[in-house]
Amino acid sequence: MDFELSEDEAALADGIRSLCAGRFPLERLRAAEDGDGLLDTEAWSELAEAGVFSLQVPEAAGGVGLGMAAAAVVFEELGRALVPGPLLATHLAAGLPGSVTVDGAADGKTVVGAVRRPPSTGTGVFVPTLVAHFSSLGVLLVVGDDGITAVDPADIDAVRIRRPLDPLTPLWRVDHLPKGRLIAGPEQARQWRRSQSVLGGALLVGLATANLEMAVAYAKQREQFGKPIGSFQAVKHMCADMLVAAETARAAVHAAAVTIDQPGVGDPDRAAAGAALLAAEAAIKNGKTSIQVHGGMGFTWEVPAHLYLMRARVLGEAIGPIDELAELVAEIY
Amino acid sequence: MDLRYSEAEERFRSELRAWLADVVPRLGPKVSALDWPARRVYDTTFQRMLYDAGYAGIDWPVEGGGRAASPVEHLIYLEELERAHAPYVGVNFVGLLHAGPTIVVEGTPEQRARFLPPILRGDEVWCQGFSEPGAGSDLASLRTKAVRDGDEYIVTGSKIWTSHAEVADYCELLVRTGDEDSRHRGITWLAMPMDRPGIDFRPLKTIAGSTEFGELFLDGVRVPVANRMGDENDGWRVTMVTLSFERGTAFVSEVLQSMEFLRELRALAQRTGAWSAGDVRRRMGHLGAELDALWALARRNVSQAARTSVPGVGGSVYKLGLSEIRQRIGEFGMDLIDGAGLSWDELDGLDGRGPIGNAELVNTWVHGFSRTIAAGTSQIQRNIIAERILGLPKG
Repeated sequence: MDFELSEDEAALADGIRSLCAGRFPLERLRAAEDGDGLLDTEAWSELAEAGVFSLQVPEAAGGVGLGMAAAAVVFEELGRALVPGPLLATHLAAGLPGSVTVDGAADGKTVVGAVRRPPSTGTGVFVPTLVAHFSSLGVLLVVGDDGITAVDPADIDAVRIRRPLDPLTPLWRVDHLPKGRLIAGPEQARQWRRSQSVLGGALLVGLATANLEMAVAYAKQREQFGKPIGSFQAVKHMCADMLVAAETARAAVHAAAVTIDQPGVGDPDRAAAGAALLAAEAAIKNGKTSIQVHGGMGFTWEVPAHLYLMRARVLGEAIGPIDELAELVAEIY
Repeated sequence: MDLRYSEAEERFRSELRAWLADVVPRLGPKVSALDWPARRVYDTTFQRMLYDAGYAGIDWPVEGGGRAASPVEHLIYLEELERAHAPYVGVNFVGLLHAGPTIVVEGTPEQRARFLPPILRGDEVWCQGFSEPGAGSDLASLRTKAVRDGDEYIVTGSKIWTSHAEVADYCELLVRTGDEDSRHRGITWLAMPMDRPGIDFRPLKTIAGSTEFGELFLDGVRVPVANRMGDENDGWRVTMVTLSFERGTAFVSEVLQSMEFLRELRALAQRTGAWSAGDVRRRMGHLGAELDALWALARRNVSQAARTSVPGVGGSVYKLGLSEIRQRIGEFGMDLIDGAGLSWDELDGLDGRGPIGNAELVNTWVHGFSRTIAAGTSQIQRNIIAERILGLPKG
């Protein structure tokens, strides 16, 4: 038993971190706020080349052949760098063992989106669904309890939302989802949600960590009453609580990933649901606390704390309602 | 990251599990938490069993008479003890976890030979005299004075929060040997025999109505200089050495205990019908997820210790999280039994009666308040995290 990152895992994290620093520096992401907000396809290809999507695809199928733990390490860094795009769905559709395979997902040629099957109103009319990055999608997967269907975006009427909560996640409103083609059954759908919980959790841990680091850096540098505000216990304790939230969620996400890779060490469904729940809460809590630590500046558009908070909301929606995750844990416990 | 245990570790586990299955039933029923003499007998009997089977001082180095188990084996040991509902250190906690490890590192060969074997065998019980009425979180401000008189120190002052002093043979005592303002530079570590004249112990009644600790009044108590660990005025460093024994395993049993308690709460809620309420199930799910995460964090801390053999600061993160969740689990239990929580008497037959009785739930809730205070308050833990991990400036 050695629950620290292995040398390979640490090197993988470093590699993705430098890729993100070079390709997705915050200034560059923020420049897109004023543009059309659409996915940078060139950057997407670079993520694909770095193996972000093919990481768990077996080597025999042209992938990197690593497991969920390695993917969690990578996704945490992507979250920390606020990398936009439907990373989760494209990764999960790239052909990892037991999951669905969408052609072109692994090499970045097909951008894959996913939504939960919206609850039916019983009259055949669906409540509107918000689909992220719709105009960039090659395929949209609809994940329900009974299976996963693939829908061609060309068959969908979608209206762009003028002001999405997360400026880097453009949204489209879809009032009617065509039936699509059934590509996976209930077991694969369950596995999809489980993997999505783990990797969504990893992205959220990255967001929680980014806001922790930002708040701590500010608390060290900002002076009031002749001292850095980080020397005051009221501020110090807020920062400590952010670290506890991030590190606890991180341990949970890593444990869930390893539990999927190593059957027998625990219950993967319980571990994944619990990890996603804690990661979503940590990212939202740390976003809120980071804004508070930044004081008045935290409420300005300029300080990026809010961007990580809004992304946490987007991901929280993607991994499913926290209430449902909590009930799942309670049931399995 | 690997959560699988090696073959050798699995072997260690199965041997220990078989041994526990054999001996734990022979211990007899648990004794009342309020009966300290009975607790001493119970806890030291089990300690003797551990000693005879070669498990005593599981994490102590071989030269101290211990088993020198790896941090991972130590974790397995705690896991199996909890699983078998075996007693944990009990009244042996100061000897096994504080005083003993200090003597292993700082004691002379004579001191080690004198003090260590009786701790490992369960023959001698230790208590702790560190905190004082005026020195709590700020331990270095302690004022209990020791004056040298030939080959003895004469000790006068008072200590507080001392557990099971009434059944202890020795007290690991921190005294002021330097001048009044010398703080951590003027402290000395002494092993004080508890049978000396001048020692008075007054138990304190807790908010749970129990007597778990009390005040020690020391009036001219004579302690042999031979019982001093390390040099005079070097006691602060001597004390800190104990911390280097920490391998990420502190309070690990508690998270496992809490998981089981939470499952009992679920059974209770299912029995009373409270489980049909979504918010009850979600509350349980949150608590369960957090306990699972703390268990993951514990394994991370242990792994870190196994790699670096230096205690990480992760212990503070774990301790803080655990203390707060234990309080919340206590509140959850109280909320599940409504009015039955108003009584410390067991209410057989009422709705509060389930897999766990109302008395245990009340007791767990009330004891929860001590969690965020004992062994370093949650505020001190947050200071440690902020200053030592995050590098924020001292206030």
